[in-house]
Amino acid sequence: MHGPAAKLETDYAAAKKSKLGVILFLFYVVIYGGFVLIGLINPELMGAHIIGKQNLAIVYGFGLILLAIIMGFIYNAICTKIENKMNTRKEDEK
Amino acid sequence: MIYNVSAWAIVIFLTFVALVLALSFYFARKTKSASGYYAAGGKIHWGVNGIAFAGDYLSAASFLGICGMIAFSGYDGFLYSIGYLAGWVVALFIVAEPMKRLGKYTFTDALDARFNSKPIKLTAAISTLVVSIFYLIPQMVGAGDLVVPLLGLPHYVGVLIVGSIVIFIVATAGMTSTTYVQFIKGALLIIFSTILTIYILQNGLTLNPDNHYNSFIRVGAVMEDNQVTGTNDSTWIFQTAYQQGPKHTFVKLKKEGVERWFRLSDDKKWLEEMLSITNQSDGTKLYNGEPKSAGKFYQVGHLTKIEVNGVEIDKTGPLGPFEFLSTLESSELIRFTKTDIREEQTTVYYPTPTQGKDMIKPGLLYKISTKAGGNFWTKLNFVSLMLALFFGTSALPHILIRYYTVPSQRAARKSTIVAIAAIGFFYILTMYMGLGASINGVLDVESSNMSGPLLARYFGVGLFSIISAIAFATVLGTVSGLIVASSGAIAHDFLDKYLNLKMDDRKKVKAGKLAAFGVGIFAILLGILFKGMNVSFLVGLAFAVAASANLPAILFLLFWKKTTAKGIAWSIVTGICSSVLIILFSPSMYEKYGLDKTSAPIPIDNPGIISIPLAVLVLVVVSLLTQKENATKVENYHLDQ
Repeated sequence: MHGPAAKLETDYAAAKKSKLGVILFLFYVVIYGGFVLIGLINPELMGAHIIGKQNLAIVYGFGLILLAIIMGFIYNAICTKIENKMNTRKEDEK
Repeated sequence: MIYNVSAWAIVIFLTFVALVLALSFYFARKTKSASGYYAAGGKIHWGVNGIAFAGDYLSAASFLGICGMIAFSGYDGFLYSIGYLAGWVVALFIVAEPMKRLGKYTFTDALDARFNSKPIKLTAAISTLVVSIFYLIPQMVGAGDLVVPLLGLPHYVGVLIVGSIVIFIVATAGMTSTTYVQFIKGALLIIFSTILTIYILQNGLTLNPDNHYNSFIRVGAVMEDNQVTGTNDSTWIFQTAYQQGPKHTFVKLKKEGVERWFRLSDDKKWLEEMLSITNQSDGTKLYNGEPKSAGKFYQVGHLTKIEVNGVEIDKTGPLGPFEFLSTLESSELIRFTKTDIREEQTTVYYPTPTQGKDMIKPGLLYKISTKAGGNFWTKLNFVSLMLALFFGTSALPHILIRYYTVPSQRAARKSTIVAIAAIGFFYILTMYMGLGASINGVLDVESSNMSGPLLARYFGVGLFSIISAIAFATVLGTVSGLIVASSGAIAHDFLDKYLNLKMDDRKKVKAGKLAAFGVGIFAILLGILFKGMNVSFLVGLAFAVAASANLPAILFLLFWKKTTAKGIAWSIVTGICSSVLIILFSPSMYEKYGLDKTSAPIPIDNPGIISIPLAVLVLVVVSLLTQKENATKVENYHLDQ
């Protein structure tokens, strides 16, 4: 059995973070799946202008990239908050 | 294509290589332990690691392959950008922190943390090797492509140079030097790609990309009974004609002893010059009827119509990023489509007028629209690609090992977010670099991979030299990471853990270095063999193998309590075998074998849609059949920590 390369502190927030990660992951899967589905069912729709002179393919494609970045920052902020709260409390209880 | 070598290019390239080697020497003196060699001692700062992630990930496939694919096939190349980035969502939300908690040096450590199982150690090590080798091929192909215009050397010399330097880097310093090389390279790639994009937007759209841009010859056609029989220019002598399908008639004409290929225009009035490569019986090739050195094999790709607010113009001037896309949408350009005339041992590239609106939506490469000739298999191929890209990232061994170079789970998470931001920004730039290359007369039809660097040369030899040197360093860094992952699989997972050779720290490092040497030599051979294939397409296949072999194992280990060691091991074996077999019998590989691609027994190129569910099914069935063995595992290791 192995231990990690660097010695890790016990993370009491792991379960909560894992649950949050799964929720955000599923949310992104739905949005990503929508892109693939439009490509399959109605590819012509990808050429339709939806914001100004930009077509759906550009808006959705760029949007998927930007959404991943934004969700990453949100996830980190929430995780850091959970870690600070739960890990500090458990340490205090010891 | 014949390239003029620039002294600047050579100086900048050599400076980069010297810097990389100096860095390796510096860190070599510090790397004594196995932890230092395989995981950089777990002491890298998350910010540095995040950019190094970007460096690892923005490989030849991203810069060379995606830009090339967008340049030749429009938005379909950008699908790779979307999929590659989306894959990081899986890495961040699902994989990053558990992998950091469970592992030590390699992906196998994490997978085996709950079981201490020999079959897992063996299959995961094999999987790491197979995926790394699939990923290594395009990097080496890209390296070979780069040195041709940069240093004026043949493709195989580029592959040899990269292979040798990387073996040196990895065999001296391992993960620490690889991390810093990736950090510097990742940062420079993003900075200079931004500069290149600014140049593209400043340049805008123009009908006359370059004073030296070739004007293709047009000769009047003489027709009898709907067949081409001659020309109305007596200097061009009719030789032969071939009908290909209902649309194309290719005609060979001769002038002053030189044979060239033309295509009969749609109105059947003109013969329009094409690009051609003819294989001669003595093994040499003629480019547009002459030896390559004659310089008659032109760079291509240009606009034929620019329309702004309903008015046709010659040049737009500087454009904003969204204006660039909307103006291109209402324009028209010429792409070049490849086809073979087997009877004449000739490959021709004929001009294909393309609407700008078709360039910025999917469909030119992946025929997903029934109107454009799409069918069930082409649609399945598209879904399969998107599936593999999404699930492949977090299953790539050389990405996973980077989680062991940081000191904590929080650092693993933060470095992943830095990576997503940097990589996402870069991928948006690929759209502009690819489209910029498609309209500025810089494309080399023989190698789509060179589109980005050749576009940089359009804006000046200095920018070209820097971009090419960075691209070369990109290959160096990624290959280093892959070889560290492969050597870890052989020395740490297989020799130390599976065969239980009881090596001390010094011997582990030595075994890793020897393994790196062996994998490096193998990579050189593959890089030479696969010359000419688009590197992003090849990386897409590596993603499919990784997603099939590794990801079901990782996800079920983390989220299904009934997962057993045998379930994981058989799932990995199924994932590797099914994905590799599908690839070997796919249309693209049949074309590579020199066979007719329509005769391939499997009609899709991307295996993920079949191999990923198959691996999941095997994991579930085998796990359910071997529940008794689960008594010894470490329960809830991932959640209890």
